[in-house]
This record gives sequence, C-alpha cells and structure tokens, in this order.
Amino acid sequence: MLSALIKKEFLLEFRQKSTLGGVLVYVVGTIFVSALCFKGKLDKPTWNALFWVITLFTSVTISGKSFLKETGGHGLFNYLYYSPRQFIVAKVLYNMVFMLALSIVTFFFYGFFVQNEVGNMPLFFIVLILASTGLAGTLSLMSAIAAKASGNFAMMSILSFPVVMPLIMVTIKLSKQAVDGIEWAGVGFDFISILAALNVLTLALSFLLFPYLWRD
Amino acid sequence: MKHTYKILSVLLILYTLVWGLLGLVPRLDILNETIRNVFYHVPIWFAMLFMMGVSLFYSIKTLGSKNPLKNDSKAFNAAIVGFFFSIPGITTGSLWAKYTWGTWWTFQDPKLNGVAISILIYLAYFILRASVDDESKRARISAVYNIFAFVMMNVFIMVLPRLTDSLHPGNGGNPAFAKYDMDNNMRLVFYPAVIGWILFSVWLFEIKNRITFIKNKLNDQET
Repeated sequence: MLSALIKKEFLLEFRQKSTLGGVLVYVVGTIFVSALCFKGKLDKPTWNALFWVITLFTSVTISGKSFLKETGGHGLFNYLYYSPRQFIVAKVLYNMVFMLALSIVTFFFYGFFVQNEVGNMPLFFIVLILASTGLAGTLSLMSAIAAKASGNFAMMSILSFPVVMPLIMVTIKLSKQAVDGIEWAGVGFDFISILAALNVLTLALSFLLFPYLWRD
Repeated sequence: MKHTYKILSVLLILYTLVWGLLGLVPRLDILNETIRNVFYHVPIWFAMLFMMGVSLFYSIKTLGSKNPLKNDSKAFNAAIVGFFFSIPGITTGSLWAKYTWGTWWTFQDPKLNGVAISILIYLAYFILRASVDDESKRARISAVYNIFAFVMMNVFIMVLPRLTDSLHPGNGGNPAFAKYDMDNNMRLVFYPAVIGWILFSVWLFEIKNRITFIKNKLNDQET
C-alpha cells in the first residue's frame, strides 16, 4: 500500500510535466539571477548562505504544493481510501526523495554558474542529504496544516519559516565547515547528530500528529 | 483558600523587586551591578517557558479529548500570557545587553536568535488561529501546530545554545551566573523570584480563562 502511494505521487508529478519543469526553471532561474547579481565573486560565507537560502525557498515552493492540491474531490478520495499514517509517510518519503534530487540539481547548477567553493565534498554531501530530508519532512507537515487552514501559499511561508530555522542554522554552521574544507577531526559531529535527530523528530511528530489533521 | 497563591505571588515579586536592588551581590568584572538583572530577566523567561508548557499541555489535551473547544481556548490563553511575558523578557535583556555588551541586540548569541524565532513561531500560531473560522477545525489544526512549534522552539533555545558559544553569562568564557558564581545571597532572591513570577503568570492565565468563559456565556445568550 505504501509503495503504491509513493508510486502514485511520482506518477502524478511526472505526468504533469509543467510542475516538474516549473520547479527546475525556478531553481536554475534563481541561481542564474544570483550569479548575475554577484557577478561570480562571492566569498565563502556568502556562498554558503546564498546556497541555503535558495534551497530553503525551493523546498518551501515544492513542499508547499504537496498538500495544497489534495483538497476537494482528491481529499475525499484519499480520506476514504488510505489510512492517514500511510498517507503522511508516503508524502514525506516522496518529498524527501524529490527534495534530495532537487538539491543535488541545485548544487550542480550553483557550482556551474556561480562557482564551487566546497573544500570537504563528502561532508557537504552528508549535510546536503540530511538537510534536504529534514526540510522535506518539516515542510510536508506544515503544508498539510496550511492546506487545512486556508489553502494559500502565504500561510505556508508564515508557518514554516520559523519552525525550519533550527534546522537551517545547524545546516549553515556545518556546511560552513564543509566549505572551509575542515579536516574530519575538526568537524562538529555534535551538529551532525543534531541534524539527524531533527530528521527523526520531525518524522515522528508528523506520524503522530497527522491523523488529527486528517478528518474534517 | 484559593487566593493564597495570588497574594503569595505579589508578596514574592515585591520582595524580589526591592531586595534584588538592595541585597548583596558578588562583584564580578564586566557585570558589576548589572548582575541584579538575573532577578528580573531570568525569572520572566522562566514564567514564559512555563506558560508555553501549559499551552502545550492543553494542546495535547485538545487532541485527545471529547470536548476540544474548552481545552483549545485554554491553550490559546496560555500562549497569549506566555507571549505577553516575552515582552518584558526581551526589554530587560536588551537593556542589560546595552550596558554589558554595548549593544541592544546581537546576532552572535544563539539564545537571542532562538528567542526571536520563538516569538515568530507564536505569532504564526496566532495568525493560523485567526485564519480558520470553524471552531473545532481551528482547535485541531492549531493544536497540531502548537505541539510541533513547542518542540522546535525547545530545540532552538535549549539544545543549540548548549552546543555553541553563547555570550550569555554562564555559557562560554564569560563571568557567569553559573552555579559557582551565584552565591547564597543571590539564591535567596533568585528562587523566590522564579516562583513569584510563575505564580503571577498562573494568575494572569486564570483571568484570561474567566474572560473567555464570560464571553462565551454572553455569546450563547445572544443567540
């Protein structure tokens, strides 16, 4: 059932090529604009901050949609057909995979248009993976709340920006170390475990709380 | 006597306001006399955190109970009172920072960032509540957000400052209110202040609840 749900999400996403294409153009467009604005001259802290700001906005954009389209007839069908726990797990997993793919694409284009400043590549990818899954997890639940509340996109940003801040702060700190190319001995493993713990925490909370959002 | 705790809170707060200024404090570099702010600033934050905890408690009850509306309005009232306490909390902190750090606000300190974000979180909570018209729906949605928000707030103000250097006394290499710096004279004022402010917040919470109750009654009579 779970795999069928995840498969459904992917099918829906790839059938509507306009949304997928739209997101890609959004990412590339943002990066290109920033590259033009900064004229390719960024110092390391700015490079780091800009990258995560772009990732944050991308993830809010794509995760925000994930529940906004599940209203009306769609919502009723899902309600009758699936259990809430399966539904949220499928959504979160799908969003995680999608967000991860998207942030790798972002990193590629960012490195291409702006420049690649990363010194410690493996660490950066660990951070990238944990951050994008964490973002996707948090934002999925926020999207569900926003969709139930008013269904507009402004609500999504109001609700989600403050609650993803802890994640973003830890991510930026770690990613700064990766960009500076710190040796493994100096890496803040405390922060990596915090990041992983935030992932687990968000998943657990979504799993517990989503059933209450479900019925109308 | 149900009024005992109210009288107690007023007496304790009066005592700490006066004795906080008159009592003996250790002489420390940089802090000097501003160390007395620990009697006002810190207990107010404790009261705020306590009220946010009460709000969390009623939000959890909202999700579990058969009569969610009553618990929901309590959760909301507790959040309002807690939010109210963040204003003197920030003001006293900011004033103190001006005299010790030389600035009203700094982004170097994880606690300050955490507090700013917490305020944004609860503003978002209030906006979320305002945007839903249906009462029982509002109760469920805002309870879910409140639980999630409380956990994230605690990650920010409890966990992160312990991992990074904070400018706050007691963290990092600053002269501190930490256990070895707060002497027994200070404890005699500090702990009563904490209890006093928390009792005071409970009193405010009670008043808010009664106002809600009366408003509901009036609404019922009209319809």
